[in-house]
Amino acid sequence: MKNGVAIVGVGQTHHKSKNKEYKGQELICVAVKRALESTGLTMADIDAIVIGNMDHFESINYVDMWSVDGSGGYMKPIMKVTTGGTTGSAVGHAAFYHVASGLFDTVLAIGWEQNSESDTTAAISTCFDPITEREYAGGAIGPLAAQYTAYMSKYGATEEDAALVSVRDHNNAARYNPYAHLRQTITVEEVMKSQYISYPIKLLDMCPRTDGACAVVFAGGDKARKIVDRPAWVLGVGDCHILVHMADGIGLANLPSLEVAAREAYEMAGVTDPFKQFDVAELYIPASTAGVCWMEALGICEEGGGPGLIRSGATEMGGELPINPSGGVLATNPIGATGLLRIGEAALQVMGKAERKQVEGAKLAVATGFGGCFWSDVTVISSSPQLN
Amino acid sequence: MLVPRCVFARSYKVDKVGIIGVAQTRYRRYNPASHAEMAYQVTCEALEDAGLTIGDIDNTITVCNDFWDGRTISCMTITEATGSHRVPTTNVEGDGTYGALMGAMRILSGLHKVTLVVAQSKISEGIPQVISNAMFDPVYERVLGVDAISSSALQMRSYMSKYGVTEEQCAKVSVKNHGNAKANPYAQLPLDITVEDVLKSRVLADPIKLLDASPISDGACAIIMTEEKTAGERCSKPIWIKGIGHCADAYHLGDRDLAEVDALVSAAGRAYKMAGVINPMDEIDLAEVYDAFSYMELMWMEGLGLCGRGEGGNMVDSGVTELGGALPVNPSGGVLSAHAVQVAGLVRIAEAVLQLRGEAGARQVEGAKVALAHGIEGACGQGHCVFVLES
Amino acid sequence: MEGKSMETEALSVKCTADMPYSYHAGFYYSRFLKELRDNKRIVGVKCPCCGKVYVPPRMVCRDCFVTMEEFTEVGDEGTLLAFTVTNFPYIDTTKGEPKRIPYTAAYIRLDGADSNIVHCLDETDEKKIAAGMRVQAVFSDNRTGDYFHDIDHFTIIGDDGG
Repeated sequence: MKNGVAIVGVGQTHHKSKNKEYKGQELICVAVKRALESTGLTMADIDAIVIGNMDHFESINYVDMWSVDGSGGYMKPIMKVTTGGTTGSAVGHAAFYHVASGLFDTVLAIGWEQNSESDTTAAISTCFDPITEREYAGGAIGPLAAQYTAYMSKYGATEEDAALVSVRDHNNAARYNPYAHLRQTITVEEVMKSQYISYPIKLLDMCPRTDGACAVVFAGGDKARKIVDRPAWVLGVGDCHILVHMADGIGLANLPSLEVAAREAYEMAGVTDPFKQFDVAELYIPASTAGVCWMEALGICEEGGGPGLIRSGATEMGGELPINPSGGVLATNPIGATGLLRIGEAALQVMGKAERKQVEGAKLAVATGFGGCFWSDVTVISSSPQLN
Repeated sequence: MLVPRCVFARSYKVDKVGIIGVAQTRYRRYNPASHAEMAYQVTCEALEDAGLTIGDIDNTITVCNDFWDGRTISCMTITEATGSHRVPTTNVEGDGTYGALMGAMRILSGLHKVTLVVAQSKISEGIPQVISNAMFDPVYERVLGVDAISSSALQMRSYMSKYGVTEEQCAKVSVKNHGNAKANPYAQLPLDITVEDVLKSRVLADPIKLLDASPISDGACAIIMTEEKTAGERCSKPIWIKGIGHCADAYHLGDRDLAEVDALVSAAGRAYKMAGVINPMDEIDLAEVYDAFSYMELMWMEGLGLCGRGEGGNMVDSGVTELGGALPVNPSGGVLSAHAVQVAGLVRIAEAVLQLRGEAGARQVEGAKVALAHGIEGACGQGHCVFVLES
Repeated sequence: MEGKSMETEALSVKCTADMPYSYHAGFYYSRFLKELRDNKRIVGVKCPCCGKVYVPPRMVCRDCFVTMEEFTEVGDEGTLLAFTVTNFPYIDTTKGEPKRIPYTAAYIRLDGADSNIVHCLDETDEKKIAAGMRVQAVFSDNRTGDYFHDIDHFTIIGDDGG
């Protein structure tokens, strides 16, 4: 990786359920401008752009071409990456490779979505095989809900365990994140009383549909040091698209793709004891149930240990490994941006620029992406160019 | 449940990327195989061509488009068929040349050694006019019903008006390319036609006539690339990527001068600088360019610096771009002879590789050493991606 | 009209895009669908290397990366691995109409198969359903080569198989 790759700036919109004031290109522009402002760079300094979203949410074909007005891509190298829910993190990884290859020195990664423009579940349902899976898929929610019934059956986890995750993420957003879409404090009782949308997931267990955009500036090591005092070094990346038939993923109580992607990112970065080494985690948890059953895949608890980890309070702000100080996906979910927001938020943490969300002294962070057919991306981000 | 994965090749110092395997399906209007079945076919054939097994691939790039495939997260269809479930992978949604670029970046990073790039599409499953209409702005433009053909017609007219290029000169491209296709076993439309046949063919959107336009095709293409040491060990004729460039013009058709090729000039400029090409007209032995319509070959030759601005018509008149000429363009028959969207740019790379290996059979350009492969993205070639390849 | 003041009311433009597709089943799904339609049989395909049986059948074994050609019948009974009762409205993109809710999505491992299928259960009360229950396919009398309607639904036939 030659001189290393770092993140030097992050920008995002104030996320909303319906950002009617902006056309998509304008929404992107807000995030891009904020990212550039945070670094003191101008568009002339950007060598290349990578952009991503999920096509059918806005029904626009060739978004890389459509977006040049807002992305700053006019007369620049620009390409599109799209992998479903993991798009945001895939875009981040693609920008990482743009810089790591040595072909480009300063690269802008953009993730965005205007979910209010379409029927999200209808659009997502088209990802499933039209002949053997689409009819009963239930979009993103159905499979996540079904997976938790398998986990509950195998390990005795409960709906209350999941409710604790929801309360943690929502309350973090309310207290610490002025950009978050949902910012109300809630209680376990409120979660348990909310209506079932797809058993066992209830309304307050599920992420919202959000309009929003995020832009992250990646730079080669030498360049990064000139731009900011404390770059956020990307030490490890892993992506894993392990399944194609959704039904095969649901029968599994945990998330093998996250396990594999984490293992690769950890190996690249030199992380051997994730629970002890990470200071903060920004995880792609689209439903509170996932916040219980996927933790073991990251190696931060033993198999079946999700409920114990959540109940211990270790993942709260002030705990040993705070998860989602930003409020995570449960508070904000513009799908094409969501994975990139995790990377951006993790970068802000190790840069010491997370403001109210800041975990004191955070030096090593992990960010994850989730989507598609139970696919995962993992990124390890550090305040130093290598782990000691 | 966990599938064995390859170990990262870590911190390789990589300067050169070589293409060591290529494969493509025979292009046809309707291929009864599914997306996954086509992708598996080209994956296996590319592996065989490279002398590798799936276990040797340590990362993949898929090229799939949600609109053309009729489903969101369209790359999911071919994940297993390309072995992408076994290794780090991502999906580039753009022309295959952009996928190849991403694949090359993975290797140049030193973190991966052998990349498989697979592009596929089945246009026969959808309605191209509706799908290409979706490229246009939903608030201002889409309601006009504009699609790939009608927008390209605007460009053809602009180009002809500005530079005095004629319909006959554009028709010559079609005659040449369909004729070249007769020597290409993969091509969908090998045809013996004359300029008059083209001029008399049914008007689709004036001045684009049926024989000025590419067909609708199902197909897939795969290439395998690797770093220098492995390429040297595994392959007797690796084809080196010497330069790559990509660039995008403005989006709204009205924001552009459709007769100009600024983004292509920029993309080609980057590629030539990287490759050390100073005088493309002299240094390039053949070019495979994305001629979705006959006039495009003339415009792209200009943008690539193979002739002066506005000189494309004269270039085709001179015979220089024929198979036996000094600078053959689209010896494969080009996109006019086979057009699987998203795939066709990767096919330009595959064809260039076959040429530089001396394995292009009846369509071989004698003594070819340096080739251009080119792909486009968006309406009227808004985006361009250029590869300079060398044997 | 003069003046610098920005517009304060943002409009939306509605668009219902009709995107007709004709998905190609490929040879493997075509066999699967024909067996359901003509013979009321559920078939999978067996890997010559590892012996795994995949339902629905497909060309490539995920683990061995080889082509599979041996079709084999699997049982019409199986084990319910997971389920969810979906109860929120959305548009069914196949029909362009609102999806009929509630429905219970069932993830099932059929006897003899090594992969899972998804279909629906005829029970929508989550208190009466549990992972581990035994289920059986109920075929439709009027079968047309449409998997989801040739097998009309699955029904619970017993508690935990163990």
